[in-house]
Amino acid sequence: MAYQMDFSVVFDHFPQLLWGCLGTLGLSFAGMTLALVIGVLGVMARGSHVGWLRRLVIAFIEIIRNTPFLVQIFFLYFALPQLGLKLNPTVTAIIALGVNGGAYAIEIIRGGVQSIHRGQVEAGFALGLHKAQVFRLIVLKPALRAIYPSLTGQFIMLTLTSSICTSVAAYELTSVAQRIESDTFRSFEVYFTVTLMYLAISWILMTAFAAISHQYFSYPTR
Amino acid sequence: MNVVFGFKEFAFLLTGLKWTVLLSLIAFAGGGIMGLLVAVARTAQSAALRRAMILYIAVFQGTPLLMQLFVVYYGLGLLGIQLPAWAAVAIAFTLNASAFLGEIWRGAIQALPRGQTEAATALGLPLVSRLRDVILPQALRIAQPATVGYAVQLIKGTSLAAIVGFIELARAGQIVSSQTFAPILVFGVVGAIYFSLCWPLSLYSARLEAKFAAAR
Repeated sequence: MAYQMDFSVVFDHFPQLLWGCLGTLGLSFAGMTLALVIGVLGVMARGSHVGWLRRLVIAFIEIIRNTPFLVQIFFLYFALPQLGLKLNPTVTAIIALGVNGGAYAIEIIRGGVQSIHRGQVEAGFALGLHKAQVFRLIVLKPALRAIYPSLTGQFIMLTLTSSICTSVAAYELTSVAQRIESDTFRSFEVYFTVTLMYLAISWILMTAFAAISHQYFSYPTR
Repeated sequence: MNVVFGFKEFAFLLTGLKWTVLLSLIAFAGGGIMGLLVAVARTAQSAALRRAMILYIAVFQGTPLLMQLFVVYYGLGLLGIQLPAWAAVAIAFTLNASAFLGEIWRGAIQALPRGQTEAATALGLPLVSRLRDVILPQALRIAQPATVGYAVQLIKGTSLAAIVGFIELARAGQIVSSQTFAPILVFGVVGAIYFSLCWPLSLYSARLEAKFAAAR
């Protein structure tokens, strides 16, 4: 007997799926924020004069980048309660995404900081700019401009990775899809639709990031 | 009864590891062959072919690997193709790898000076020889660091087969963890095994990159 495709289950559950999309976006934005914080702190620690702190950051980066996210989230899921942190699955997922994304962010941000040549800072002072102006115009903005493409690319990866958070039952699109699937047994229809939804999410994020870049980082022309 | 994490449990993790390595090798080999075709088609003369490949790559890079796994896993069944679980997940990983490797190699092909293609054409070399003898050997060399780096992503990615129930290293870890009630120890060991697989490759990739950077 040939299988009859039936996408009506998808339409019936469309509101739930849209809420799932919002869940994925919320989870991802929270993860990105945490990743940025870890990234900035990590870069400071990575460049510190304290040897053991530097080595700790390097070890953190290497461990996170060379183990699967699935294993990391399981580890945190069981390890955090041992530390006395009884958190709900979604918060655990945010921490896992932030820790994972943070390791990548450290390396990206470090590259941006290193891209600023000392001579440019000196030239800024020679031109009579204030300390704050030098930092804002000569250090921060060019560094942000340099890291922006890799950082936003990493953020989109983080959003796609967030689908793995279903394995600890965090509230996001994939876990919503799995619940609908187990109610309706329409695996292919549900997952096919959800794949398209993820494609739309990453397309929207890419467009938004490009618009922000155009607004803030394009060189003035006249 | 409480099972202690001992030799037998560790051996079970190693059988999982065997599948992780096998899956990674199959996907890398299959993805490599398909990826070459993707890269060549992506840089072809025909605009239609190029656009089709841009779409192919965008779909695989713009959706979660887990969803690709689900769609292929359940989609193959719908097409009436009855495959063992390992083959179904291997196909999904192969398709994913072909898009990522294709995009890496596309960049390398386009990084070559145009004169290489023009000279090979002027010498009257047919397309296949142009690719096999002139373009690809140079392009794949440039792409070495990124290719090795992708191998790390691929090995980590195979852990998602655990979510469809295929027993590789991560799934073996889940099973042992629920038998021994020692999840932190078990996932720590599982993580260490992945690390010992991936870290040498990461170091090798970084060394290749430094070598190429120095040569330039």
